Amino acid sequence: MLEAFSQVRWSPYVVGVGIGVLSWLSFLILKKQLGCSTSFAKTSGMIEKLLRGPDVALKPYYQKIKLDIDWQWMLVLGIVFGSLASALLSGDFRFQWVPGIWLSAFGHTPVWRVLVALVGGIIIGFGARWADGCTSGHGISGALQLAVSSWISAIAFFVGGILMAHIIFRLIAG
Amino acid sequence: MVKKNIYKNLSGHLKWSPLAWGLIFGVIFGFLLQKGGATNYNVILGQLLLTDFTVLKIMLTAVLTGMIGIYAMKSLGWVELHVKAGSWGMNGIGGLLFGIGFALLGYCPGTIAGAIGNGYLDALVGGLIGIWIGSGIFAALYPKLRTGILRKGEFGDMTLPRLIKTNDWVVVVPVAVLILSLLVWLESAGL
Repeated sequence: MLEAFSQVRWSPYVVGVGIGVLSWLSFLILKKQLGCSTSFAKTSGMIEKLLRGPDVALKPYYQKIKLDIDWQWMLVLGIVFGSLASALLSGDFRFQWVPGIWLSAFGHTPVWRVLVALVGGIIIGFGARWADGCTSGHGISGALQLAVSSWISAIAFFVGGILMAHIIFRLIAG
Repeated sequence: MVKKNIYKNLSGHLKWSPLAWGLIFGVIFGFLLQKGGATNYNVILGQLLLTDFTVLKIMLTAVLTGMIGIYAMKSLGWVELHVKAGSWGMNGIGGLLFGIGFALLGYCPGTIAGAIGNGYLDALVGGLIGIWIGSGIFAALYPKLRTGILRKGEFGDMTLPRLIKTNDWVVVVPVAVLILSLLVWLESAGL
């Protein structure tokens, strides 16, 4: 049993059932659905408030989502530690600038990888706010409630993602 | 007596500390994502390039498990749904934008937190800062967007069972069968 924690990979089905059960618990205990992306918008607003003063919090969007540290913000922080623990236990932790698929297509220079990650981050951050959710909030929590907004979003995530990945790696790199 | 005290303690904790629960759930979520490989750029891009179906398997299994449990508990009156309202302009266009960013970044907002914990520096230095900037741009544009494109084709907090005006289980059971068949097919196709 204990050696499971030091394994590098678990079956995706075990992981999926685990996340499903976690969603039950968050509905039962917190009366909330699991989601991640709003926390990034809160942090962004808090940083902007720090740099540009308290008026930032008056922006309509920040009035809507509130610039505070709530349970979901702690959830995202927890993900960092949970992943760290898992990676350390299995020896899968490593500092790495350029991941394998990127490396074999575009080489090992960190600058390009980081720049594209930055641009991708800007677009996904903007898109997550636009769609009002991400792969967890819509793709898992919303989809499992059979929400129409979430099924449309989840399908659009993958349509956009599959098209763009093919443009990057089959067209530009190919 | 002991049992009663444990319950009392537990329900006390349930009430006073959503932040602690958030952190605990996050640690478990992050642990599972890392063990599943979902904090790894290669696994996520493999999914988008349709060469590695790990991400889809995790998501579909989570949706299947979650859906059956949540709808069972809803039938028992234990939980309520928390459905997000939406529109075609919001979820369709926003979703496509998200997907484009997803392929460029190689992580999503949940898995990027896991990627940072895993030591991936492109996630920390590039992606995280990007997500903050992108969220900030949206907040600046929100006053214009909220009365325009975000409201195009509104359908509110609709669910599939309410959309086709039927009992929850008339949708839950076929969706469960569909997901199971898709997973069985993926395995039998060696994907």
